[in-house]
Amino acid sequence: MTKSREGRELDLTAVLCLAPSVLYVVGMFVYPFLHGIYLSLRPAKQPGLSLANYVAFFSDEWQYGTIWITFSIAIPTTLIVVSTALFLAYGMRRGIRMERTITTILVLPVSLGVILLSIGIQGFYGSRGWFNQFLVGSGLLSEPLQLTNNKTGVMLSLFMQQFPFCFLMLLGYISGIDPTLEKSARTLGAGPWIVFRRVMLPLMAPGIAIAFALVFVMSFAVFPSAILLGQPAGSTRTIAIAAYHQAFEHYDMSYASAIAVIMGLCQLAGLLLIVLLRQRMVMAPTMGVGKR
Amino acid sequence: MRGRLWSLALYLFVLGFIVNLLGIVTHVTVSAFAKRWFGTPLPPQLTTDWFVYAWNNFDLDRVLIVTVTVALSVVALALLLAYPAAYILARRNFRGKSLLLLLYFLPLVIPQMTYGISLATTLYGWPIGGTIVAVILANLVPMVPLAVFVLIPFFEQISLNLEWGAQTLGASRFQIFRRILLPLTVPGLLTAGVLILVNTVSNFELTFLVSGSGSQTLVVALFYNVFAGGVRPVYSVDAMALMYMTTVLVILLIALRFVRPTQMVFRLDQPAR
Repeated sequence: MTKSREGRELDLTAVLCLAPSVLYVVGMFVYPFLHGIYLSLRPAKQPGLSLANYVAFFSDEWQYGTIWITFSIAIPTTLIVVSTALFLAYGMRRGIRMERTITTILVLPVSLGVILLSIGIQGFYGSRGWFNQFLVGSGLLSEPLQLTNNKTGVMLSLFMQQFPFCFLMLLGYISGIDPTLEKSARTLGAGPWIVFRRVMLPLMAPGIAIAFALVFVMSFAVFPSAILLGQPAGSTRTIAIAAYHQAFEHYDMSYASAIAVIMGLCQLAGLLLIVLLRQRMVMAPTMGVGKR
Repeated sequence: MRGRLWSLALYLFVLGFIVNLLGIVTHVTVSAFAKRWFGTPLPPQLTTDWFVYAWNNFDLDRVLIVTVTVALSVVALALLLAYPAAYILARRNFRGKSLLLLLYFLPLVIPQMTYGISLATTLYGWPIGGTIVAVILANLVPMVPLAVFVLIPFFEQISLNLEWGAQTLGASRFQIFRRILLPLTVPGLLTAGVLILVNTVSNFELTFLVSGSGSQTLVVALFYNVFAGGVRPVYSVDAMALMYMTTVLVILLIALRFVRPTQMVFRLDQPAR
């Protein structure tokens, strides 16, 4: 069936059609990526190839500490984003009233962009912002909450950016699951919780794993909101900030590339962990039902 | 009963999200019009002076020209590069196709900060480093794949019979492209174009890393002004943020006429509009 009439070989036209975009991605994405790895192995201070940049990174607490800082922001954010998105997407799987309006509103923050969101969060949730004015004014609290210029602020901004993507992805995935499976389970006497736990969760697991992976990787690279809503020289000095500092304040592109490589490796480690967990947790046979 | 509570919780969450979003957006808006504003629910005096101040002090006319140039160039070039590739990917099966799709997929899922520094290093190594050209080239990296993935389903919808029919009637390849494929993929081009436009205008990381002082887009200039905090009155930054927001919302309003946000997830089984 996959053997179409064109065969599996490409003719000249097809190659000419594919070439421009493939060459572009190879030239502007793959090549710089590899070049960055090579550059990271050629420290500015000594000749030849060496691991000096990596050694420097891991022997300086100010630098390697950024890994833990970033994990401590990315992991809670990922958990919160995926669980709330799952809650909402699962509830909307059979459609609800005003679905289109609600989806549009939920997606709006993405198009506003991270900078505007950060400015708005700084104002709205800041110590003199409306949120704290309301809490203090209504007598719920006596002191305003410190929600910005710390990790909470960064996570808030990350939530606003990541939630829409995650929600749409999960909604798409869950809507693709055959509704008759759920109906049959109900007919056989399963309650809503059993349906969720024993029928839907195993079917949704691959989608949830992908959501976890994507949100984690994106959160791990947090940069502008960690500067605007956190303490970029302290508790929210994430690894992306460390890389940026080396590149554009110390002009040490080699060291900066090394930090970028370490950031990539951390993201990869997170991905592998999620894949392993998923294989371990879900043993239920999904047998090609649902979307894929 | 349980179901009722469940959907109540759902609507409450959505309501909370809307209040939070409205709060964030309104706070910026009100602050942009405030003469002074400290800890009161609303500023005591309103003014539009900050817009004039922002326009004069932040070099906004040049920034806007850069933004428009970058956004339109990225849209045009991304569509041009992606269109033929999407056609082949929609129509053919060939060895290494999944590898090719993975190649297009990577720039979209790898965070821009992770590959942006190497990209910036490479671009600064060339004479175009820090110019508008560099900004356009960098933004194309994620946008070409995005255009490919948006366009593929639009090609898949077009029946092969139309092409075969035209071929039987003696149409050349160019005629098939010009008279059949192009008109039928206009909705796809619009959808992809609008998505790229919104994304390029609000994309921060790549532009920030590769732009120089003369090639900042609106969102990057906004970041620098917030970052310079203290030097600039917060109200003037908010005024600039409001101008940025208006720009994005106008594009978005136009966009929503053509694109449904859920289309990014679901199979595009119906043409836009």
